[in-house]
Amino acid sequence: MTEFTPKIVAFVCNWCAYGGADNAGSQKLEYPAAVKLIRVMCSGRVEPEMVMQAFRQGADGVMVLGCHPGDCHYRNGNMKALRRFRLFSRLLAQFGIHQDRFVFDWVAASEGKKFQTVATRLAAAVQKLGPLSLTGYVRQGEPS
Amino acid sequence: MKRKSSRAAKAAKISKPALRRTKTRKYAPRAKTAAAPKPKVAFYWCSSCGGCEEAVVDLEENILEVTAAVDIVFWPCALDFKTEDVRALPDQSLAVAFINGAVRTSEQEEMVKLLRAKSQLVIAFGACAVQGGIPSLANLKDKESIITRAYREAESVVNPKGTLPQENTTLHGESLTIPRFYETVYTLADVIPVDYYLPGCPPTRSLLEDALHAILGNRLPARGAVLAPNHSLCKTCERNATKPDRLMIQDLKRIHQVAADPESCFLAQGLLCLGPATRDGCGQACIKANMPCTGCFGPLSHFDQGAKMLSALAGIFQAEGETAADHFAASVVDPAGTFYRYGVAASLLGGRRKERSHG
Ligand code: SF4
Ligand code: SF4
Repeated sequence: MTEFTPKIVAFVCNWCAYGGADNAGSQKLEYPAAVKLIRVMCSGRVEPEMVMQAFRQGADGVMVLGCHPGDCHYRNGNMKALRRFRLFSRLLAQFGIHQDRFVFDWVAASEGKKFQTVATRLAAAVQKLGPLSLTGYVRQGEPS
Repeated sequence: MKRKSSRAAKAAKISKPALRRTKTRKYAPRAKTAAAPKPKVAFYWCSSCGGCEEAVVDLEENILEVTAAVDIVFWPCALDFKTEDVRALPDQSLAVAFINGAVRTSEQEEMVKLLRAKSQLVIAFGACAVQGGIPSLANLKDKESIITRAYREAESVVNPKGTLPQENTTLHGESLTIPRFYETVYTLADVIPVDYYLPGCPPTRSLLEDALHAILGNRLPARGAVLAPNHSLCKTCERNATKPDRLMIQDLKRIHQVAADPESCFLAQGLLCLGPATRDGCGQACIKANMPCTGCFGPLSHFDQGAKMLSALAGIFQAEGETAADHFAASVVDPAGTFYRYGVAASLLGGRRKERSHG
């Protein structure tokens, strides 16, 4: 059996979380190579559809990281994202996707350490859960 | 203000053709000679409630006009034709097959494949065939738990031995085979190529009439089209004009908890209405009955209905902060059942995996 290497997609906002990841890099703080960053202008720009696409296209874990409350470059995009993804997490569970596979959190541009912690924790959780297999999908031997 | 009133006027204008037509339209007269046979039509049902069949019957006196123009050669719900009759037909000899219901069993798969071979056009009729419909809510559970619930646990079931249905049973030397119950519910297009889609739960009478006229008059759009407008219900909703410019809600209420105002936008009243994420074409039957839209017409082309609605709803919720976000999230009692009531089988997370075939 080949060893499972999780794929993790991280949507990071341009103004804070991306800076946080960058900060982790400049401090030489290691975080799992499985984490692929996608830079967006604001966490409020990340639509649930994008996270679903990530899962559908093979991500085993997804995180959306934005500025801390009060720090949003666009005033309240992060708050919209917070409401969206709190509800979204409940929806994921109904579709059989373990809640530990999805993380929404705040990371400031100076928080390289926090970025490392969040990324490492998600990678470990996903490693424990194993590869994602979506339910409700076509199984072998059924209509083709 | 001006913008709003023109919007309202437009809404009134557009919604009119969706009203019931009582005037009968005439199809091109057909010669009564054997040289011009009437086009053959089939109706079939898969996992469905019978509502879509009812929608055909609802054509009322106009059904006579339809039967005058076409030959119905297969309609298990209403006419006594057998599968063998369909098998005996030459391939492509049916002008059109209207198929409603989702696909869940091997028998349904077999039948829709047969009808596909025999028909020039296949129309997915109704929410179940188009998006999976109510039956595809079952995709949120696995097959085993559904069978156990239905045959052992349901309050009305008496099954002391815990017997479960088997595909093959031998009793007194006789063997019985029943269709296989698949792991998941499929949309019609997951199983066979579909030419046109008629959404709705069920499709409205005017939508069906328009489709029939388009087929008989050879005025169909390009294949693959959904035979309903590609804009959201809000666009023609007569309540849209009452929507404030900046829609903000403080609290989400459920329809049974309040006396809904019969004129203003449901969302603005804090009632969840799926209009923004749902395709237009229903004639606003629910809205007119003072009930918010539950989304049966499915999404607009290329969108995921539930994701869009969830997004929109979270966007207009006013309260900020973590506690408020949790309160908001908890106020949607059943997110999947609310945002994907008619379309789990066509959704991004529960739909067919088209990109890769392995688990
Ligand atoms: S679309 Fe609606 S009316 Fe038609 S079969 Fe499905 S549940 Fe019944
Ligand atoms: S949200 Fe509902 S009530 Fe409001 S305009 Fe849209 S369809 Fe009409």
